[in-house]
Parts: sequence; C-alpha cells; structure tokens
Amino acid sequence: MSVKTLLFCLSLALSTPVHAQGFAGLGTSAEGFTMPVPGRRFSFPADHGAHNDFRIEWWYVTANLQAVDGTRYGIQWTLFRSALATDGATGWASPQMWMGHAAITTSDGHHVAERFARGGIGQAGVTAAPFEAWIDAWRMKSRAAANADALSALDLSAAGADFAFDLKLDSDRPLVAHGDGGYSLKSEKGQASYYYSQPFYRVTGELTLPGGPVTVTGQAWLDREWSSQPLAADQVGWDWFSMHFDGGEKLMGFRLRDGGAGFTSGTWISADGVAEPLKRGAIAVTPLRNAVVAQRSLPIRWRVEVPGKGVDVTIQALNENAWMATAFPYWEGPISFDGTKPGRGYLEMTGYMPTADR
Amino acid sequence: MLLDVRQLKKSFATAEGPVHVLHGIDLNLDRGVSLALTGESGSGKSTLLYLVAGLDRPDTGEIYIDGNALMALDDTGLAALRRETVALVFQQYNLIPSLDVAANLAFHARLAGRNDPEWQRHLADRLGLAGILRRYPEQLSGGQQQRVAIGRALAARPRLILADEPTGNLDEATGDTVLALMLSLVSETGSALLMATHSQRLAGRLDRRLHLHAGRFEQ
Amino acid sequence: MKTALTALLSHWRRHPVQLATLLVGLSLATALWSAVQAINSEARTSYARAAATLGQDQLSTLLRKDGSRFDQKIYVALRRAGWLVSPVLEGDKRFGEHRLRVFGIDPLTTPPQAQAVNIAASGALLEFISPPGVFYVSPETATKLAGQATPPLRAIDGIPSGVVITDIGQAQVLLGAPGQISRLLLWPEQPQRRAALSDIAPDLIERAPDETGDLARLTDSFHLNLTAFGFLAFAVGLFIVHSAVGLAFEQRRPMFRTLRALGVPARSLMGVVCLELLTFAVLAGMVGVALGYAIAAMLLPDVAATLRGLYGASVPGAIVVRPETWALGMAIAVFGTLISAAQGLFGVWRLPLLASAQPRAWAQASRQTIIWQLVAAAALLAAAAIIARYGSGLMAGFALLAALLLGAAMALPALLLAGLSAGGALSKSAIAQWFWADARQQLPGLSLALTAMLLALAANIGVGTMVSSFRQTFVGWIEQRLASELYIATRDDTEASAVRTWLASRSDAVLPIWNVDGEVEGMRTAIFGIADHATYRDKWPMLTASPNVWQVVASGDGALINEQLSRRKTLNVGDTITLPGGYKTRIAGVYSDYGNPNAQVIIGVDKLTELFPDVSRLRYAIRVSPEKAQDLAANLRSTFGIPEQNIIDQTTAKELSLQTFERTFKVTGALNVLTLAVAALAMFASLLTLAGMRLPQVAPVWAMGVTRRRLAVMELWRSFVLAILTAIAALPLGLGLAWILLAIVNVEAFGWRLPMYYFPAEWLRLAVLSILATALAAALPAWWLSRLAPSELLRVFANER
Repeated sequence: MSVKTLLFCLSLALSTPVHAQGFAGLGTSAEGFTMPVPGRRFSFPADHGAHNDFRIEWWYVTANLQAVDGTRYGIQWTLFRSALATDGATGWASPQMWMGHAAITTSDGHHVAERFARGGIGQAGVTAAPFEAWIDAWRMKSRAAANADALSALDLSAAGADFAFDLKLDSDRPLVAHGDGGYSLKSEKGQASYYYSQPFYRVTGELTLPGGPVTVTGQAWLDREWSSQPLAADQVGWDWFSMHFDGGEKLMGFRLRDGGAGFTSGTWISADGVAEPLKRGAIAVTPLRNAVVAQRSLPIRWRVEVPGKGVDVTIQALNENAWMATAFPYWEGPISFDGTKPGRGYLEMTGYMPTADR
Repeated sequence: MLLDVRQLKKSFATAEGPVHVLHGIDLNLDRGVSLALTGESGSGKSTLLYLVAGLDRPDTGEIYIDGNALMALDDTGLAALRRETVALVFQQYNLIPSLDVAANLAFHARLAGRNDPEWQRHLADRLGLAGILRRYPEQLSGGQQQRVAIGRALAARPRLILADEPTGNLDEATGDTVLALMLSLVSETGSALLMATHSQRLAGRLDRRLHLHAGRFEQ
Repeated sequence: MKTALTALLSHWRRHPVQLATLLVGLSLATALWSAVQAINSEARTSYARAAATLGQDQLSTLLRKDGSRFDQKIYVALRRAGWLVSPVLEGDKRFGEHRLRVFGIDPLTTPPQAQAVNIAASGALLEFISPPGVFYVSPETATKLAGQATPPLRAIDGIPSGVVITDIGQAQVLLGAPGQISRLLLWPEQPQRRAALSDIAPDLIERAPDETGDLARLTDSFHLNLTAFGFLAFAVGLFIVHSAVGLAFEQRRPMFRTLRALGVPARSLMGVVCLELLTFAVLAGMVGVALGYAIAAMLLPDVAATLRGLYGASVPGAIVVRPETWALGMAIAVFGTLISAAQGLFGVWRLPLLASAQPRAWAQASRQTIIWQLVAAAALLAAAAIIARYGSGLMAGFALLAALLLGAAMALPALLLAGLSAGGALSKSAIAQWFWADARQQLPGLSLALTAMLLALAANIGVGTMVSSFRQTFVGWIEQRLASELYIATRDDTEASAVRTWLASRSDAVLPIWNVDGEVEGMRTAIFGIADHATYRDKWPMLTASPNVWQVVASGDGALINEQLSRRKTLNVGDTITLPGGYKTRIAGVYSDYGNPNAQVIIGVDKLTELFPDVSRLRYAIRVSPEKAQDLAANLRSTFGIPEQNIIDQTTAKELSLQTFERTFKVTGALNVLTLAVAALAMFASLLTLAGMRLPQVAPVWAMGVTRRRLAVMELWRSFVLAILTAIAALPLGLGLAWILLAIVNVEAFGWRLPMYYFPAEWLRLAVLSILATALAAALPAWWLSRLAPSELLRVFANER
C-alpha cells in the first residue's frame, strides 16, 4: 500500500510543488479535517465512496497488460479528491476538487492525460452504490452482481488526445486491508491513512493507440486510500511498488524518503488473498541504477528483498521514460522483475527534484 | 524754371558708417529741356533722380518743382507729386506684371487723373505697340517693355520725366531707337527730361549734360 | 561641402521668422497627426486586450445561436461526453457609478490560452471560489473601485480596463443567473471518442475565435474619423511647410546659382539641401511628437469617455509612450518635409547656371494648371455624386467625403479666379483694377493656403452642423425619454417591494425598469419590460410603429426595438425576432435610442417576467407631480436609507446625459479648432512668403504715386476678399459634409440617422472667425509694407540688381 500517489492538490497552475510541505502539499496541516484512527472497521459499500471530511482521497488502478502477440502495456487510471476546506458548501462553492490522471505505457511510448473538475456540479465524483467514479468522460463503474462486492467487477475507461482504453476488471478474491486492518502508518510520527486494495483483477479489453486498436488481457490492482495528512513534514516523496508474482502472491511495498533512512513498509498478500503486514525491517528496497528522466535523476532499477518470503528480485521498467508530466509530475510505469520470484507490477516514484534545482 | 535743386546732400547709413553719396548738388532745369546726368556707377546719379522724384528725402538742401518745395510735402504730398507732376522710366522697365500693355500704358495717366485714350492710342502707334496691347509684360522683349514704360510715363503728361539708364538693358541698336523715340516724344509734349546715363555717346544727344563724380558735378 | 552648408544655413540666421514658421508648421502638423495616432493606438491596445480576454481571440467557443445563457447542466453533460470545454458567464454589473463587465470562469478547466489570471497557491483557489470570491481587475479598475462594496480586489496587469474576472459561482450570484452560463471555451486539443455535439447539446453552435473583437469593429468608424481629422490637420500643416520651404528656396536662388557657378556639383548641392531639410524635419518631428503626446494626453480622457458612452469600450485614460508612435511621427515629419520641399528641390536640381529672364516662379499664373484642376474637380464631384447615389456602407461614406473634399479643393482656385475676375470687371478706377488683377496674380501662391482654409472651414461647418443637429435632436429626445420625475435603484428585492408599497399612496405611478441581457440576432441586447402607462404612450420617441403599438406590446404580442438593432440587422415593423430562450415575437415599433452602443428590445413587463422569471426587479421610474419630486426623493432616502446616487431626479438625469453628450464631441471640437488654427498659420506663412516676393510688383505702383499705407491697406483687403470668397465656397461644402456625416457615416458608425438642422448664426461666426484669422495673418506683412523704408523699395529699381 501506501502512500501511493498522493498527489493532488490542485492549485492549478501550480507547476512547482511546495517542497517544504512535501510532495504536492501532502504534508500540509490537516486542521479541521478528520484524522485516521486505528481500530476503525471498513464498512462497504459506503467506504467505496468519497469521504469528504478527509482532505485527500483516491481511487487508483494500475494494470499490466499484453496483446496476443506478447507486446506488453501498462495503464493507469486515477481519480483524486482534494478538499480545500471542511465546509459542506455546495454547487460551485463546494471545496471538493477533483483531478484525474490516465496513461498508457508501452516499451517506447507513454501517453498521458489529466483532468480537473469542481465538485458540486456533477462533473466529477464518486457514488458508493451503485458504485461509480468519474471525472468528465472517464469512468470506473461497477457491474458486480447484487450480492458481490461492488469492486469485484468494474468497467474502466478513459480517453486522451492520442489514446483511449476500455477495460473489464474482474476479481473473485476479497479486498485486502493494509496495515492494521486498513490503518496504514506512514511515518514514525504517526501520520497514517486508511488503505485497502483489490490486487487480484483479471483484465480484458481494448486499448486505442496511435497505431490502432489493440486487444489486451492481463492483471490489475486497485488502491483505495484516504487521509488528511499522510506525510510527515520532513518526508519529501516516496517510492512505491505493487508486484504480481507469477506464483499468484502479491506484494505492496513503499519507502517514504526523508533526511535519514526513510520509512519502509509493506504488505504480503498470499495467492488466496490473505494479507500479512510486513514487520519493520522485513522488506528492503535498494536503488541499483539511476537514469535521467525529465531533468531528474531517478532510480530506475531496484533490488527488492523480503527475506521472510524468499523474495530477492531485480526490478526493471518497461519504459524508463514513464514520466507523468502533469500539474504534479511524477514517475509511474509498468515493471517486470527477475530473481527468486519473477513477475510484473507497477512502480511509482514521487518527489524527485530537477537536477538544476538541487 | 521747372526744377531747382540747391545744395542737395544725401548719405546712407552702412555698417562701416555713413556713405556720402551727394555732396551739395545745385541744379536747375527749364521746361522742355533735356539734361543728361553722366557719371560712373555709384556716382550718385540714381540717388539724385530718386530725390527729385520724391521717392526719398535728402539730408539737407532744397528741391523746388514749379516753385513748390518738396521738403514741405508729407508722404501723401510726395505721392501726389509722383502721380501728377513727374514720371519715371527705369532701366528694369518695372511694368506691372498683372496688367496688360494697354492697362500699363494707361495706368499712370489714370492715377494722375489724366486718362486720355486718344493720346494713349497715339503713343501706342508711335511706340509701335498697337499690335501688342493685349499682351502681358512677361510676353514682351526688353525693347518692347521699355517702349511700354516710356509710353506709360508720357501718357500721364508729366511736366518732368526722370529716366534712369533707360537703355541700359538694351543692345545698342535697340537702345538708340528707343532713345530716339523718347526724345522725340518728350519734345512733342513739352516735358522736361532728366536722364541718368553712363554713356557719353547717348548724353551727347540731349540738350545739356552734367557729369557727376563722387557726389559733385564736374564742369 | 561644409562651406556650402554654412552659406546655406546663414540664410536662416537672417530670416528667423521664416525658420520659425517652417519649424512651427512642421511641428504642428506632426503633433496633430501623432496625437491622433497615439490616441488610436491606446484605444486599439485596449481593444486587443479586450478581444484577448479569456483567450477569445484564440479559442473557439460554443454558444447558443441567439447568444442567450444556458443551463450549466449542458456544460456537465458535454464534459461527461468527453468535450474539453470551460464555462464562462458574462454580464454587466454596476458598482457605484462604474459599470463593469463581469467574466465568471472556472479556473480548473480554463484553457491555458485563457488564463489571464494565475490563481496559484491553493489558498488563493479556496478564496477565489468561496463567497464572496475575489475580483481580478486591471490596476486602473482597482483604483476606480476602491471604496465600493466589492469582494477583495486583486490588480493584475493585462486584464482589460473595466473587466472583472471572478469565479463563475460568484458571477452567477452577482449577475443573478444561478446555474447559468453564457458560453463554453473550447480547448484546442480534444480527446478521442467525443460524442457528437448535436447529440449532447443540439442548441449550441461552435464559433471560431474572434481575433478582432466586437469593440474593434464597432469603434472602427470612430477611429477612422479621428484618423481622417489627423490627416487633414497634417495636410494643412504641410501647406505651411511648403510655403516656408518655397520661400527659402526662392530667396536663396542666387546663392544656389553662385555655389553652382563656383563649381559645387548639382548632386552635392542637393545633398546639402536635403541634409538641411532632414535636420529640420528631425528637430521639428521630435518637438511635434512630444507635443502630440501632450495633446493626446489632454484629449484621451474625453475620447475614453466617448468610447465608453457610445460603445461601452473601456479605454484607460492615461497615455502610454510607445516607440512605434515616435517612429511613425518622425517618419511622417520627414516624409512630409520631403513632399513639401519636392518642388523646391526639383528647382535646385534643374537650376540653370545663368539667371533666367523670369525669376518669378511663383507668380506665373498658370491658366493651364487651373483648367486641369477644374477638370479633375469636375471628375471628383461627379464621382461623389455617383457614390452618394449608389454607394453604401462606411467605406462608401468616407470615399464620398474624400471625393467631395478633394473635388472642392481642386475647384477652389478656378472659383476664386472667377470671383476676382468679376471683381476686376466691375471696378472702374485704375487702382481698383490693379487690385483685382494683382490679387489674381497672387492666387497661385495663395491657393494652397486658401485650400487649407477651405478644408478647415468646411470641416468646421460640417462637423459643427452635425454636432449641433445631433444636440438639438438629442435634447428633444431626452425630453421624451426621461419623462419620469424620479428614477430609483433599490438594493435588493425586499427593499424593492417595500419601496413599491410605500410609494403606492405617495406617487402617481411606479413603473418598473427591469431588464435582462442576452443576444438577439447575434447582437448583445438588453431586453426591457415596460408597463402599459401613459408615460410611454404619450412620450416614447417612436420612429415607426404599427397601429395600437402600445396595446400590442402590453398584451405581450409584440416588441419594440431600437434604431440601432433595426438598422444593423435591417429589421422593421412586422419582422420577427427571437429573444433569448427562443421566444419569437413580432416587431411592433422602432424607437430612437441615441447614445446607446447596444441593441435594445422592449416587451411588455408581464411577458418579461414570464420569459425571464429571475429578472432583477430593482429599478423603477416614479411619476409624481414635479414640485413634489425633490421632497419625495429626500423622503425615500431617509425612510429606506437608500444611497444618494441610487435615486436620481429628472433634471439631474438630463444634465448627466447632456454632459455625456458634450464630452462625446469635445474631441471633435478640439480637433476642429486646432485644424482651423493650423489653417490660419498656413495662411500666415503663405502671406509672409508672398510679402517677401512682392516688392517688385508693389514698388512701381508706389513710384507712380500710391502711398505705402494705401498699398498696405490694399494688401489687407486682398486677404479679406480671398477669405470671404473662400468662406462662401466653404459653406455649401460644409453642408455637404454635414449631410454625409449625418446620413451615411453616423448611420454606419453609431446606428442612428439624425435630421439635419441649419445654424446660420454658427456659420456666420465661423466665417467671421476665419476672415479675422486671415486678416490677422495678413496684418504683419501689411504692417511691414506700410513701414518699409523707401531705400528697400528703391533697391528694386537699382540698376545692379
């Protein structure tokens, strides 16, 4: 889990994140907003919907796909909610701001689109039942049976100027709660978020690319997370991994970077969906090689070790230039890994400053 | 005596101080007499003529025409004198460019109140202008223009004609013809003529002659 | 070369008045031209800024065919169908005495091309969208609004003057249009798989970016007017330069000849003379442009008021010094100098080494030239007649003006010649005949200046007649239009209904003045509701109307439109118009509506509230006997605490309207006076020039017994006669000009046609003024002549000339 892309923010035109407050202002104080507390139980389907009393929240899907000819693709579909204030004003005055990111990554291309919308007028939002999350024409809509979890079957679509995708996501395994029953700690100082995932999607669908339509299949991972102050003041960014092992197990791991050793955490998920929070020191992530992407030096090759689970793998990106050149730019792209337990997954890296800025 | 000039003095102010042009000139002229004033350029011939014509005033001395003192006349009086008593013929002709030959001929006479078309026609005939009465000065040759100027002066029947190098701009042959005409017409009218010229040859054709040198007459 | 230059320049040391005339003439010509350019470029900059507001010059927009507002649900539906669009709500809102154009935007979806405002930090965004919001305005507007009850102001350079940019949510509240938007900005790059527009929003059409903007188009004619005036003034100024340069060349002819004889090649001589002229041009040009800025700075506030009053265009009242205006001013000064000196330069080039028999180049009365000019004049006037008969549109109007003015200018010398010849034929005495003949002779030298005088005078008569006709019509119109004794603007609905109840027993009638803004026939239109009341039936300034017009309107079956809408869209009684919202109605009448830049429609007040239930109901006209009006106003103010400026009585309203009117034409008046002054100066320069060259003509007459004083008086008389003849010629020309302005240019420029009235007293005043100006111009040369020393005159006779 974790801190995924907590991006957000939304002061438009804010082309440079405010470093002193962490990436995309996520370290700003949460005055007036509700704070995550340990021991709360998730309640579905209500918790699939928006929690307007928390400052930030997201619905985040990544998928590792391949065409019939074996060509590999990655897609991202993200909806962020950010509240500028705690009041419940409606209409145009609503403080709820929405932002969407969508991308398709190929080995030689990276197509990105971004959307913004005001809450309160219907342009973007999330309804818990029937479940639908949307911004403009992008949507994630449940087609689950009445007795099943709403997120077990989803239609997912988005379109940008030079790409589009329409995917069907299906899972027969349960939702996975991270941390302490969904209470996911983000720093020694107690910053935390509510965090659950559905990492077991099988995917079918079609991508539209400049070269034409491509039928694809693969696997997808959905993250749901909300909080009001997920980063500590000294945390500048994070490296986050979601990994599908060929044997069916899943691993979510992250490292929050600060002035020192950082804060590393993760969840081991068995093939049948049983989650096991990794104890302190149970997971190690080590950058192996940096590459220059968008004037930044990014660790593009990693070693991930979970000795307790027999994991020692080397990660490489499908496309090292999977740069999200959005209002709050970051790196997000499909990866594959070799070693003791090979597989595929997604890597997200935020908070790296342009070289010239240092 | 028509013209009586006594002890006439005239000087002009210049940057280098006054230049004395006339140093006490005495001159008299009777009716019907022609007098040539000869002298070098700058000897004072023109100045003397202009003073007699009432175009300028002397520093000291007196000028009487028909017994009237010019000194006593104001601008208006001098203008009346120029209109009615004297007439001028210039080297540069000085016709009025906006009027045709006939109107130029009549102009001075009409100003003087002595318009006499018959007399003007006679003059035109005598001066050979009959065929060009409708022309304008700029369309005439120098000899023709000077003949118009002489006609204009005579048409007013002045008692005194003042001519300043009237043939100075003309070639010798034309000049002789024009002068002959003028002298003949002057004697016809009984006017007196005071003519400035630097040519001794022309001066010899007048009744009297005086030579001016450095502002004084030389005998 | 240097020696030659020194010799040439020594001339000016000895003739300082001539030098002054040359420099003053050139400076003035450049000044008026530059002033107009500076004003125009100031205005155009602000139009370009307005056109670029929210990227309208680069972005396509989606809007309703009739321009009316629509539900924001359509916006959401389009977004959800994949369209990248951003909503804008636009409308006028009054703050105190300032009427502002409010643009409500959604900063989250605004395309980059439309981001005049950088709502950066997230704190700013929250403040921007939360009540009461934030107003982004130009620094100038911020100054104006200081102290008004507005949301917090943020001054940003680059926002057009008079424009407010605020959040769309706040704009909906301010403009009383909840849930409404005016149009959608279309992002240049759209995503794949958008639904067809016709499926989502069949009411909307796509409009291409408007690079020019309505204001630039609307005000085009106004600026063309100014430019024409500037050009006229410049041309008149060049007459002065021409005279002065001509004289200087004439007087230096012997010097040129000497220099040539001493071996200076013609080419070098030309070079030196050109260098001299360029030096003058640069000097005078700099002074002229500076002076032009001063004039522009003086006039701009009135121009700005005019543009605001007539077109709703907001132009800042301060002039900005622009390098291109300087460059253009200098260029025009140099160009003008060379044009004016062309004749003289040609003379130097062709100068024969030996003196010619006839040095009087100026005095050569060329009958052929006059005949040629007369033919040209006839052709031009015929062209004018044809344009007047068959032409249409503003360009035709100006072509007609140009043909008429040029034709008249060409015909003037022949006309004057005829007048002078007639004078000569009628005169008896020799001196009178000489007078007329001499005047004829001087004509070629004076005709340029007289032409300048003719044009200036005709422009004055023409524009004066237009303005006076306008004023007369306007005053009468305002009597009709402002028939009610009091006008009140309440501050909210509660106050409005309280005031109405309170007034019920205290006044004869309370008439609503309610209106909504929208687009009718593609024009920005105010739609008013009108009560069925004698005030309107008796007084409304109707131009054409169907029978029972008031019954028809009151019953909701018809609409009145103003003359502007009628003329611009060729709509007449009986035609049908579509109001915002799609309601179609028949035109029952057309009324005059002077001083309003926009289209206007009037329907019955019941129909208005039926069609637009949300119409703001705050403004009323109150009928009460006039002697009670003041007390009632005071009573209203004290009872309800209504601010001073929210209640206005009829007299004040009329005064304000007339003030606006006067300001509108102040610029025209100022330019008129300046042009006339320049023409008088041209006259002076010409007479001065001639005076210097006239001695050979005057001296023989003096020698034959005409006093200098008499000659001087005749000089004055000659100028008088010429001025009178010119003034007589200027009258019909001026009236023709007025007719073109009233019947063609005004209709195109402002959208209304006015009756033409005649003001003989005014013409007389102008004629006397111009004759006096001419006499004044002639006085100095005449005085010189009367005081001329005989020795000066005698020099003419000198044998060694």
